[in-house]
Amino acid sequence: MLIPCPWCGDREEVEFRYGGPVPMGYPPDPQTVDDAAWARYLYYRPNPKGALEERWVHTAGCRRWFTVTRDTVTNEITPATDGSG
Amino acid sequence: MSRLPQGGRIDRSRPLHFTFNGDAYGGYPGDTLASALLANDVRVVAQSVTNRRPRGIFTAGIEEPNALVQIGPEPMLRATQVELVDGLGALGLKGKGRVSAEPDTARFDKIYAHCEVLVVGGGRAGLTAALEAGRSGGRVILVDEQAELGGRLLTAGWNDWLAGAIGELSSMHEVRLLTRATAFGVYDQNLVLVAERRPDGQRLWQVRASKIVLATGAHERPLIFANNDRPGILLAGAVRTYINRYGVAPGKRAVIFTNNDSTKVLETDLRRAGISLEGVIDVREGQAVLDTVTESAGSLKSVITAPLTGNQPRRGIECDLLCVSGGFNPALHLFSQAQGKLRYDDGLACFVPDQPIRGVEVVGAADGDLGGRGQGAITPYWVIPGDGGDWSTHFVDLERDATVADVQQALGTGMRSVEHIKRFTTIGTGSDQGKTAGINESATIATQLGQPVGAVGVTTYRPPYVPVPFGLMASRNRHDLFEPIRVTPMHSWHVAHGAVFENAGQWKRPRFYPTADEDIAAAVARECRAARTNVAAVDVSTLGKIDIQGPDSLEFLNRIYTNAFDTLKEGCCRYGLMCKADGMVFDDGVVMHLGADHWFATTTTGGAAAVLDWMEEWLQTEWPDLRVHLTSVTDQWASIAVVGPRSRAVVRSLFPSLPVGPDSFPFLAIRESEIGDMRVRLHRITFSGELAYELWTPSWYGLSLWEAVMAAGEPLGITPYGLGAMEILRAEKGYIIVGQDTDGTVTPQDLGMGWMVSKRKAFIGQRSHRRVDTARTDRKHLVGLLPLDGDALLPEGTQLVLQPDGASLKSVGHVTSSYRSPTLGRTFALALLQGGRGRLGTTVHAPLDGRAIAATVTEPIFYDKENDRRDS
Repeated sequence: MLIPCPWCGDREEVEFRYGGPVPMGYPPDPQTVDDAAWARYLYYRPNPKGALEERWVHTAGCRRWFTVTRDTVTNEITPATDGSG
Repeated sequence: MSRLPQGGRIDRSRPLHFTFNGDAYGGYPGDTLASALLANDVRVVAQSVTNRRPRGIFTAGIEEPNALVQIGPEPMLRATQVELVDGLGALGLKGKGRVSAEPDTARFDKIYAHCEVLVVGGGRAGLTAALEAGRSGGRVILVDEQAELGGRLLTAGWNDWLAGAIGELSSMHEVRLLTRATAFGVYDQNLVLVAERRPDGQRLWQVRASKIVLATGAHERPLIFANNDRPGILLAGAVRTYINRYGVAPGKRAVIFTNNDSTKVLETDLRRAGISLEGVIDVREGQAVLDTVTESAGSLKSVITAPLTGNQPRRGIECDLLCVSGGFNPALHLFSQAQGKLRYDDGLACFVPDQPIRGVEVVGAADGDLGGRGQGAITPYWVIPGDGGDWSTHFVDLERDATVADVQQALGTGMRSVEHIKRFTTIGTGSDQGKTAGINESATIATQLGQPVGAVGVTTYRPPYVPVPFGLMASRNRHDLFEPIRVTPMHSWHVAHGAVFENAGQWKRPRFYPTADEDIAAAVARECRAARTNVAAVDVSTLGKIDIQGPDSLEFLNRIYTNAFDTLKEGCCRYGLMCKADGMVFDDGVVMHLGADHWFATTTTGGAAAVLDWMEEWLQTEWPDLRVHLTSVTDQWASIAVVGPRSRAVVRSLFPSLPVGPDSFPFLAIRESEIGDMRVRLHRITFSGELAYELWTPSWYGLSLWEAVMAAGEPLGITPYGLGAMEILRAEKGYIIVGQDTDGTVTPQDLGMGWMVSKRKAFIGQRSHRRVDTARTDRKHLVGLLPLDGDALLPEGTQLVLQPDGASLKSVGHVTSSYRSPTLGRTFALALLQGGRGRLGTTVHAPLDGRAIAATVTEPIFYDKENDRRDS
């Protein structure tokens, strides 16, 4: 699979580490979140047949984390964004 | 001899010699083993895999199901694919070859290539596409599985056009033509794997193409009738190929059995080759071959024909060659691998591409343009009934010996899906992947069920399209090149001093250093005693090392680690523990405060990369506002732990100007010093409980520093030690190894390390420690175990129970670390035990293969509980 690193361009999958589907944002103060909501943050991940937002890190390259949208059926990846954006 | 006096693309000026099953034969360059065998009238070349039926050459190409041969160590080659060379020795197989027990001596290599257009198939459609792409100036790669470009043109005799096309392509600088190169797999984003056969081995091409043009042609398919597997029965198109391309007459008296127009031109070819045409049996005229008869060796002697309907008498026709055509299947294996969907075309009686897919173009016969094969009008009549309802010789898959009777049995059990029936009957699972059988399987099912073929569908095509050796996949990534080997700067010293190594991830680490006649136990015991009673040194350069700089470093570390660093003064270090967000221990190490906004962290040897990625993920995705920079410096530093009650003397002699007394260089302090121009950073930390100093230096000084330590310690008898002793020393003190005593389900509290968890600041995983499950008091706790029999060693991983026998063998935990301690003079272990801290002093049992080891539960510390020794 070719993965478009926003900094280095298209690179082979072996250069990356998979970061999984993008979790919901980290709660500003996790201590105020109830158990159910915290479990949702920890363990619930989307598993769609189709478009999935997920994170990769270019470990063998620029070491930047970034987010892409990958179609889980075709592995087509739409242009990435910087992970912090 | 059946070699024609003239014609064919063989070089008759250079006779070749070969053997088949030990008998000597002759042929010519340009022959395949199959064409040469036919030229020598070898009709029976193999036996079928299950029923041991005699089988002959059936096709002229990659789809061959019968003529499997072994050549040297190479099992399961197709005679139709083997180029004849002088001295070749082949054996016909009974359905399967023999894998050699010897290492493969063939050379395998890999090459990467990128192009605008990759054309698969060098027939007319492929050459045309390559010419068009080449004229545009783009990079073009054309691959073809055969030794010669041309595909069916080599049979059809388009020699001038072919020569012109190849000539023009050869003159284009950006066009690369690869023959003997089979594209066998299509993967994401147009990655195509191509196996190229070379004189001394094979080469794996990994081609990234902006566009793939599939000009993969079509495979002719047989008709299904009783005893349709006899030697002498060939696909009609193959007969044309043997006559025209190889100058061979595969028989003397021929019958054609067809359902389409493609055999018309064969009649001319047969006549020119001097083969008498005894009859044309055309399904479209209501005629069929019902059965076949053999001579004693099993080859075809005659066919029995009759009208498909009515009661007209049967007719026998003497012949030694039956040319069969049931139409054509576009070769859409690669299209299907690229996730293209297929659709059944009633007019063509075959599956064709349904919708185009991005980046892939299908052309020629593969796209259903069967004009070149002359199919014309076709009347599919898939299965011709035999006598008395016997379907046991109506072969659907010749290589797998699977028949219509097998399909009926599968249907009888209630199976309807073509995928299920494939697996039950094994149709399509042979090394030919059912290239002549797959669509006939679907059609047989459709016929039996009275459904349209398109409704039954086809089985999924998966890579590889042809068998490829595992050696080709591995190519040079074998032995020392299987994966990177990492060694520390001191590795050469360890080797020279007889270290026995063990793998720690990619690292080679000394396990112990045996003297002349020591076994592992004796060597490890000696190394442990040296560290406890004298002085010893261990190479700890493999620790992960992360340099942390920036004004928000302290805040960052406080968020990452469970413990706080606000009070850690410059020039000091502290043990640190980190959890994942789920509250489970993830890694540990030492955090050093080196200067203003300058910190440093070590990680476990195995966790270095994961910890850095983890830290970067938080910095980059959740906390981009933190001004922190991380740099991996694992390979930039060499580290040596000098350990034992006399370690201070060694350090003092190495650094005479450095005050090393317990007050001037206290526990957890950092100092800098030098030996000549070798700068050294020293840390007072211990992973053994003994007085110890870690000496760090830039890695290019690592060997020099190690040698200096050994020289300075020599008068005291300093002992190098390895992982074996290191693990015992740390376990005696109850120091955990993340990944051995933890497994991703263990909290700091489970480990009895609640004191490491700050209550005054927020950190990753903190919220999880309040979850109902995490806060349970009966979770598994880290405890010590002392077997009642001090000589009994609990195997690591052993489950623990409360009663040694009887009904309740419910596991209440497991052993995580277990050793013989030379210091304690007995065995001991660490374990994770349910409610373990409430079971101190009780006995648990490890049931083992008919016996049980009983052990007393203790605190997880066995030596120097007062921590007196580290400051001794």
